[in-house]
Amino acid sequence: MKDLHSPNSNKGFLASLAEGPSTDEFIKGLWRDNPVFVQVLGMCPVLAVSNTAENALAMGLATAFVLLMSNLLVSSLRNFIPKQVRIACYILIIATFVTITDYAIQAISVDLHKSLGAFISLIVVNCLILSRAEAFASKNTLGKSMLDALGMGAGFIFALFCLGAVREILGNGTLFGLSLLPGNFEEWIVMILPAGGFFTLAVWLLLFNVVNQRKSET
Amino acid sequence: MKSESLWFIFINASLINNFVLAYFLGICPFLGVSAKMETATKMGGAVTFVMLISSMCAYGIHALLVAVNAPFLQLISYIVVIASTVQLVEMFIKKISPTLFRALGIFLPLITTNCAILGLALFQTNKGYGFIESFVYALGAGAGFTLALVLIAGLREQLEFAEVPNTVKGTALTLLIAGILSLTFMGFSGLGS
Repeated sequence: MKDLHSPNSNKGFLASLAEGPSTDEFIKGLWRDNPVFVQVLGMCPVLAVSNTAENALAMGLATAFVLLMSNLLVSSLRNFIPKQVRIACYILIIATFVTITDYAIQAISVDLHKSLGAFISLIVVNCLILSRAEAFASKNTLGKSMLDALGMGAGFIFALFCLGAVREILGNGTLFGLSLLPGNFEEWIVMILPAGGFFTLAVWLLLFNVVNQRKSET
Repeated sequence: MKSESLWFIFINASLINNFVLAYFLGICPFLGVSAKMETATKMGGAVTFVMLISSMCAYGIHALLVAVNAPFLQLISYIVVIASTVQLVEMFIKKISPTLFRALGIFLPLITTNCAILGLALFQTNKGYGFIESFVYALGAGAGFTLALVLIAGLREQLEFAEVPNTVKGTALTLLIAGILSLTFMGFSGLGS
């Protein structure tokens, strides 16, 4: 998550070029409009590759990269794309960046590419990316779209990491492959299985609900 | 892989490795349109139809891309085919049944971004299925998707009458049910061996 936070401090200047409130576009993705916990978008990769923290982090980074690049391109082309064929254009832009990411990951680590499998290609159909392109980047300036993508990307990575960490610790007793819990800990195998993904996400959503309810009551 | 019988491919795609409950593909419509039984079945039908067509097209495209040696175009061409098929289905449903068109709403164009369909095309390419095998695989995946959707819709309809705490209402509850369903479907894994 550090990788995404640090560039933000530099982007403050760029954002100040864009009119309107700037930091808000970034912050909203992290908590108030968190793509996973609040908007419930892009669920498939969230559930499928969050069985270990490492996979979750890699998937989050890949998705955030595609989100950032496609938001930038969509935003800069927003005056040239005809309205009728916009969705098709967005999908093509996204598919291009996903292909790049796919080959990049293959070049960086074959093991990682194997464990993420088809889910790298499936970033194309992550509703989160298309919905940001349609709802935000196609209507806003370059600087704002970039902040939005960074915020949403960071929020997505955060959510994926939350799930991945919980599932790996409970299901395997480790975090990033390092043993965390005492040796006599009985692993909850169910947490690494598909069902565990559903349960963990349900509990995180519950937590979010409780916190938000407390907030609105006070 | 060539020796798999067609029957096994079908059972594998629909029950053992159910696309929704084991592969987590197509979760968005699974959570979105599963509130009513009727829309759920029709959504299942529409998705199955798109799956069949796009899986056959994907088979042809894959053969063509291998012939011209351009595998990096795979993803882009698959998604274009899927998007056009969805457009076709959308026009078809709008003409045949405007009520259904309204009931499915935003989730109809969103079939394009249904990972189950692109996932199916990618999986069948990875597994090296032939034309008939791809067809059966798509049929099985569609059946599995519809089954999962109908099951959860039935459960959610019942839950309308149950008193649940406010905090649990909504997506969290659906996910809990989905988790239990997923556990149940693990029972089918014995069929494979």
